[in-house]
Amino acid sequence: MSIAYQIIVCGSIVPDPLQTLEPVTGPAGPALKNEMMLPAILDPWASHALYEAANLTKNAPGSKVWLVSLGPKAKLQQVMMTVAQKVPFELVALDGPASGFTEAAEVAAALADAISAIPGLDKSKLLVFGGWESASRGAGATMQMVGERLGITDQFQGVDELKIAADGSLEILERIEGGKHQVSKCAGAPALLGWATGNLPEPKNNPQVGMVNMRTVMPALQKAKPVKLAGEGLSFASVSLPKQLRETKIVKDKSADEIANEIVEWIKK
Amino acid sequence: METILLLAHTEADGSLAKSAREALHAARTLNKSLAGSSLVVGLVGENVQAAADSIAACPATKYFGVAGKDFAQSRYASDAAAAEAICKSAQATIVVAPATSRWARVLPGVAQRLGGRADTHVTGVADAGGKPAISRWYYRQRMEATLTRAQRPWFILVDPGSQTACECGAGTAKVETVTVNLPESAKRTTVVGIREPKADAQTIRPDAELLFVTGAGWTKKQADGQTHVPEAEKLIRGFLQVSRASLGSSKSLVDLGGEGQAVLSFLSHLNQIGQTGSTPRHPKGLSTCCHGEEPHTVGWRFINERRAISLDPNCGWARGKADVLYVADAFAVMRKVNELLAAKKS
Ligand SMILES: Cc1cc2nc3c(=O)[nH]c(=O)nc-3n(C[C@H](O)[C@H](O)[C@H](O)COP(=O)(O)OP(=O)(O)OC[C@H]3O[C@@H](n4cnc5c(N)ncnc54)[C@H](O)[C@@H]3O)c2cc1C
Repeated sequence: MSIAYQIIVCGSIVPDPLQTLEPVTGPAGPALKNEMMLPAILDPWASHALYEAANLTKNAPGSKVWLVSLGPKAKLQQVMMTVAQKVPFELVALDGPASGFTEAAEVAAALADAISAIPGLDKSKLLVFGGWESASRGAGATMQMVGERLGITDQFQGVDELKIAADGSLEILERIEGGKHQVSKCAGAPALLGWATGNLPEPKNNPQVGMVNMRTVMPALQKAKPVKLAGEGLSFASVSLPKQLRETKIVKDKSADEIANEIVEWIKK
Repeated sequence: METILLLAHTEADGSLAKSAREALHAARTLNKSLAGSSLVVGLVGENVQAAADSIAACPATKYFGVAGKDFAQSRYASDAAAAEAICKSAQATIVVAPATSRWARVLPGVAQRLGGRADTHVTGVADAGGKPAISRWYYRQRMEATLTRAQRPWFILVDPGSQTACECGAGTAKVETVTVNLPESAKRTTVVGIREPKADAQTIRPDAELLFVTGAGWTKKQADGQTHVPEAEKLIRGFLQVSRASLGSSKSLVDLGGEGQAVLSFLSHLNQIGQTGSTPRHPKGLSTCCHGEEPHTVGWRFINERRAISLDPNCGWARGKADVLYVADAFAVMRKVNELLAAKKS
């Protein structure tokens, strides 16, 4: 492989999924209760995209990874303390809300502008990565809009595998219905890939990688451009928790045979 | 006045999938509730006439089609060009489409191209005082919102399984052909195939009545201090064979594979349910050897009846996440369940 890729990973932060989330109405529309206090993590599918990007650079010498992230600066900084130890990247930070209730099209505009402003960007080497859905809005819409704004029309979503051939062509596996994958061949960069889980385990923390990354992470956070997301034309009539809890019947003292009978009856009903 | 476009793609055999009829039902719901609105249909595929005919009795006033070999494959560039052309020809203000993998890949991009907006994973449409409103979930099925939008065109991608399918009958539809000349730049990608497990190894069955979920407990040390992975594998396979259930899993169990531990050979990330897995729709779900933590159970949002077998009476399922929790050894229970089901069959 001779191409030195420019791999841009778009990924923001989301509340740790082990937290209980509760919607509230804020001045700018719906929000999460104590949003700024909730511990955050890098959005899971975007983090898979980041690990896949880093892995790709190992096989394509000279390649470089940028992480473009729009979120509240202070929270981004917290999350970067761990993420920066995982794999090498250069951070491009945008200071703004990371709420799931923000508008995908507005987020996409901010991300595309930030990507276009990266010095020395070369479309023929460009791979734009992201998660195929966020854990916040969960829409799977932002990346396509980023791609459109950058003029990239070779786009793939739910990607579990990317293989690059010697001639620079890409073979991509995307999740489709019924537990299957669609296999596509693309002539080469530029392309946009929204990653699902992929095949890589989470990299172990590496303090050395962290030290190198932090040299660019801190200045990037300091100069993070403020972004306003107005949510124009979008109005939420309600946001509510599901009619929660079921009344769980706890069956403790039945034999395995009795339980099996009950389950079979239930299945057949 | 809204022009509501049902936008669907055909299947490989030229037919319309059930998800397309569900989207048509949603489109029709909006059409009925929005005074003065009109309903039109747009179809993309290698051939679209048969699909149009199959719903010709629906009250759509016009049919638009983009057809040809280039539009047989599920590919961003050609699908975007086709969808864009149909939306323009139809002058659509609201585009209702099934949230299939094919449309989910491309329609948000088309919304961007047309200066509109897109909402995906929509689970309901309604009339909010003369304006269309939709509902969808946020934070991985943790909270549900209802919203409206001022921008047009508004793309509404309806989640398959969330609506009843429209039952309008067949007839002969007059399809207006929309010509799309694909530039070479739209052909840089080619779909070369589908990769799937062999029929008997395919454990994901979206149409199954029952979702059967396996958790990490199946690989843990049991009362005798030993693990029993081969037996777990046999019991799970056996159950899937006799019940025809769809197999889901917790993250912990599918992740074991990546960490090089002994693991159930037929599981992959595609089976994972939850926060970073899927949120399937089945009438019933049975969880085994899984703790029922929130990042897992958010994937159960659309499972109606839920039962669980766990050794831990204080697991997540006990706390309002299941209808019934059996505090028992899943090995013993499933062994018997398999026996009973096999006996019923023979
Ligand atoms: C960012 C993030 C994303 C995540 N996404 C997901 C996701 O998408 N899906 C997901 O599932 N998890 C997800 N998780 C992980 C989640 O929090 C839990 O760790 C995971 O679901 C636990 O899996 P488990 O219940 O199978 O395993 P365990 O917690 O190990 O539970 C095993 C259970 O098996 C029971 N058991 C053992 N032996 C038997 C027996 N013989 N009979 C009956 N019961 C038995 C035990 O009592 C126990 O309750 C995520 C976590 C994070 C941080």
